[in-house]
Amino acid sequence: MSDDDVAQVPSSAPATHEPPATDITDGGPDMVQFLDADGQRVEPGTVSEPYAAYLDDVDDEALRSLYRDLVLVRRVDSEGFALQRQGELGLWPSLLGQEAAQVGAGRAMRTQDYAFPGYREHGVAWCKGVDPLNLLGMFRGVNHGGWDSAEHNFHLYTIVIGNQMLHATGYAMGVQRDGDVGTGDPERDTAVMAFTGDGGTAQGDYNEALVFAAVAQAPVVFFVQNNHWAISEPNDRQFVIPPYQRARGFGFPGVRVDGNDVLATYAVTRAALERARSGQGPTLIEAFTYRMGAHTTSDDPTKYRIAAEVDAWRAKDPVDRLRKHLVAQGLVDDQWLADLDAEADTLADRIRRECQQMPDPPHEEMFEHVYAEPHPLVEREAAAFAAYMAGFDED
Amino acid sequence: MTTQKMTIAKALNAGMRKAMEDDPKVVLMGEDVGKLGGVFRVTEHLQKDFGEHRVVDTPLAESGILGTAVGMALRGYRPVVEIQFDGFVYPAFDQIVSQVAKMHYRSLGKIRLPLVIRIPYGGGIGAVEHHSESNEAYFAHTAGLRVVTCATPEDAYWMMQQAVASDDPVVFYEPKRRYHERGFIELGEAAPYELHEAVVRREGTDVTLLTYGPMVKVSLAAAQAAELEDGPDVEVVDLRSLSPLDLDVITASVAKTGRCVVVNEAQTFLGMSSELAALVQQECFYHLEAPVLRVGGYNIPYPPSRHEEHFLPDLDRVLHAVDAALAY
Repeated sequence: MSDDDVAQVPSSAPATHEPPATDITDGGPDMVQFLDADGQRVEPGTVSEPYAAYLDDVDDEALRSLYRDLVLVRRVDSEGFALQRQGELGLWPSLLGQEAAQVGAGRAMRTQDYAFPGYREHGVAWCKGVDPLNLLGMFRGVNHGGWDSAEHNFHLYTIVIGNQMLHATGYAMGVQRDGDVGTGDPERDTAVMAFTGDGGTAQGDYNEALVFAAVAQAPVVFFVQNNHWAISEPNDRQFVIPPYQRARGFGFPGVRVDGNDVLATYAVTRAALERARSGQGPTLIEAFTYRMGAHTTSDDPTKYRIAAEVDAWRAKDPVDRLRKHLVAQGLVDDQWLADLDAEADTLADRIRRECQQMPDPPHEEMFEHVYAEPHPLVEREAAAFAAYMAGFDED
Repeated sequence: MTTQKMTIAKALNAGMRKAMEDDPKVVLMGEDVGKLGGVFRVTEHLQKDFGEHRVVDTPLAESGILGTAVGMALRGYRPVVEIQFDGFVYPAFDQIVSQVAKMHYRSLGKIRLPLVIRIPYGGGIGAVEHHSESNEAYFAHTAGLRVVTCATPEDAYWMMQQAVASDDPVVFYEPKRRYHERGFIELGEAAPYELHEAVVRREGTDVTLLTYGPMVKVSLAAAQAAELEDGPDVEVVDLRSLSPLDLDVITASVAKTGRCVVVNEAQTFLGMSSELAALVQQECFYHLEAPVLRVGGYNIPYPPSRHEEHFLPDLDRVLHAVDAALAY
């Protein structure tokens, strides 16, 4: 091999992309954004422009509706946190700071589109019509997830990081076999969304899912919420090349989007879903956002990150950002905002009350649904347990 | 009714073919299962006849195979997944144990995962490392999975169809060194046994051999040898199902003979043979004339193949254990 051949080997990073920013609050020049941190519409540059058309039908009512979802999702989350602190839940993983990433993605999905969440996707669950009480019940320990995933096209939460990426890809391969891709019928064409975080991108299952999806050209959108912290480990412990740039190496496009800008996440996800539904294959979206709270209620983030970083991200808050925009544009007034707060209070009251009143399941139910068909060992043990418990009644 | 003579490998192939003809949702997935027909040719010609959408050559990643099969099942398909060799299932262990086994339970019965996970297993073929393991106990230990294994072409044909028809995930262990054993199958009739039924392969009065998979043949040969030497009258029970176990057939046999030897290829420590020994002593205590003995692989990693004739139980080791049981 001559020196000339060596010189022709391309660098691993695409030439059109800048290296990732070292300031973790800066998403860099590749990031799609339509609303800045002050709620001002940003004139789309070459990076954002291709997605601008996906906001053409977002009228004033749609903007208010997006804001309503952001506020209610945040309220559900804060109620989950409070219920854990009151001893009603065993654990709560807060989505604080990630509302715009999740609501933008969730609202971009059509009814027939299927979502595979991790365990922090309360905002996507909301958009897919899952009652927040179901999420609370799971973290209360009443069940492992009480909702009907087929009814909502929202799979059960997956706690083992990355497992669900493969499930989404396989589901999308099933969609292909059903012929529900590229028909041009908006009621029929179906896409699948897989949600994970920056930590999840290190998992084998994540990387295998991207390989399988690319090879099959499956109608799946990988939505990585880069909230910058995998419990205590920052991005530089998870990857060298950011997720959106790695997508190209798997064989499909990757987009970095301002995860705190609901217009941007909505537009970019709509574009990716349309691409998937029309049979053009997978897309990876990296939503550049921040986990404002702890990993879960069991975590203490002050041990591993500095307050200044959290403050810098607070200034980019996704909910404040859209409110400032709505107010500046005269699309909402004080009364409308007060009514929304009252609606959030009512929702919080309901889920708090119903969570507190949620009964423990009868213990014999722990033997149910181990198998779909009869299994003698489970039956013998269930009978023995019932007899054992009945022995206490006789005393 | 037509009777055909075929090998276990061909019978598995015929069973899958029948399942695919009966249900268009049955999809085969795995490494090299398409054009090549699998490294053991168990899926031979199926891609040619059913197409690439139903016989899928997957990327070389076992967790990916299992994880995407879960997703396909969630969409309403019935994937039959091939793991190329026993020792290559471990990358998929997480998906099988954390997701496949628990999905029905955690969804409160709303989600069914009718998956079949085919694993060629066991030694005796002079293979390199990782190609001769008997890891069935890992999966039999896991609630939510069903685990079965065949020892005859007839069982290969019928049990494969029954496993595909099951609404629960089934780990289907195929005794790879018996792939080319021949036997008669009566096609077109109903299956002779239930999927989870143990079968007495040879009746006897003095001692029960509990065995399965590749060791059924060895156990039958041992029983035959004992008879030729005017030795003990040995009963051989082919378990067929490792989870659930057919306790009725097992206990009826041991209650009759009063002695029990468990024979399998796997290492004995905390294996299927441990569970069987515990169950038999618990359920047949007053019938037992001797402790339950076990013949299995030694508790070492599967050795280099030049050792395997001494690692794997053979006729002499089985008879040695039978003599020991009768000496009490």
